[in-house]
Amino acid sequence: MANEDIEKELAEIVEEIAGVAAADVTPEKSFVDDLDIDSLSMVEIAVQAEDKFGVKIPDDELANLKTVGDAVNYIASKR
Amino acid sequence: MSGIDVVVTGMGATTPLGGDVAATWDGLLAGRSGARTLDFEWVARLDIPVRFAATLAVEPTEVLPRVEARRLDRSEQVAIVAAQQAWQDAELSTDTVDADRLAVIVGTGIGGVNTLVTQNELLQTQGMRKVSPLTVPMLMPNGPAAHVGLALGARAGVHAPVSACASGAEAIGWGWRMIRSGEADIVVAGGAEAAIVPITMAGFAQARTMSTRNDDPEHASRPWDTGRDGFVLGEGAGLVVLERAEYAAARGARVYARLAGVGTSSDAYHITAPDPQAIGQARAIAAAIRNSGVDPADIGHVNAHATSTPVGDVPETLAVRKSIGDHPILTAPKGSLGHLLGASGAVESIATILSVYHGLIPPTANLENLDPGVTLDVVSGEARKVRLAAAMNDSFGFGGHNVALVFTAF
Repeated sequence: MANEDIEKELAEIVEEIAGVAAADVTPEKSFVDDLDIDSLSMVEIAVQAEDKFGVKIPDDELANLKTVGDAVNYIASKR
Repeated sequence: MSGIDVVVTGMGATTPLGGDVAATWDGLLAGRSGARTLDFEWVARLDIPVRFAATLAVEPTEVLPRVEARRLDRSEQVAIVAAQQAWQDAELSTDTVDADRLAVIVGTGIGGVNTLVTQNELLQTQGMRKVSPLTVPMLMPNGPAAHVGLALGARAGVHAPVSACASGAEAIGWGWRMIRSGEADIVVAGGAEAAIVPITMAGFAQARTMSTRNDDPEHASRPWDTGRDGFVLGEGAGLVVLERAEYAAARGARVYARLAGVGTSSDAYHITAPDPQAIGQARAIAAAIRNSGVDPADIGHVNAHATSTPVGDVPETLAVRKSIGDHPILTAPKGSLGHLLGASGAVESIATILSVYHGLIPPTANLENLDPGVTLDVVSGEARKVRLAAAMNDSFGFGGHNVALVFTAF
């Protein structure tokens, strides 16, 4: 799966859970500072991403995924 | 206490009779029933002996934005819906209200039991990682109050009384006390409940407290009727905006009624059964009258708690006779609404306020043969036009909690 496809599907998860328009979920955006996503929603997003992409996102890794691009790169590296 | 007056300037509700106050009031006046047969699969699967309830007329998810709704338990959703209505009805704005002088008090009987049940099911069947990180804020009984407080930016305090079926009335009483003590100028107060789930249905059924009139749900809730056989479980929310009278006057607010007095007491008798002599109830009623400074002769109407249970309905009328007299005209809104548990006292206070405001008492739905133990004048059949100087709402809860509120015409 190309990074663009991961990004697109991750954006859909973010929209479903946090109500941020998928088009606004772009690689440079910070989940917390730009997209206003709280820590509770981040856990939900991580669980759905794990199911969708078949990867594990341990808590200490999740804490490092500051931006959408961080998450896309992490998922791509673990698939 | 202080000489501060408290008035009601806004109301919001979502109930089995309608998605707002106007539709609920119309349903009450018409003596309509909000009870319906449940179509949940678990009713048959678990062989629940009660197969109906008074479910919401309008689903809160149809009113709230999707993302907001999915972060809220159903009990929190209905609280938010009612709060938005009450806030708009009072024509208040978060831009102009001093947040440090605004409080929120929303009671609930049971809290986020929908979330508790569904998340426990996920934990048991799909494991730890499927449990929502929002589980705790969705199931905590202060959740409805906390979410309304957040939505309005209230900073004078957010509280959540839990006293079973008296919770909503207790919240309004607490609001009155906060304004009277000088802690707040505005309090958004009431109750929220959404507990039509297998475990509560089963628990109430095992206690033999619910009607089992499964073939005729609309006629199952029949307060004071000789054929009553238990209460009908309902869900919903009701919130009122209470204001310091001078604050309301200064901004030219429309006033529905004055909340003149609040009385509370506890039975110390039995965990679920009401004292057959209604001593505790009579003490709450007497305290409310004393606090209000209203002459008992002026209390022309009591909007009663009467839940349609064989043991509960008649003692309340004894308490009314003892503490007010033989003159108040009674009605029991649970014939129409069902029993909204922690929301009931708040929704029924709204009905009481509207009775004072419009001079109109809704009928007790399904009252055909009055229990001979009741010697007071009870409205049944059609609504009755009566000019009211003052009216009372009574609410009582499992645990022996008694609350009486006196509203006067403004």
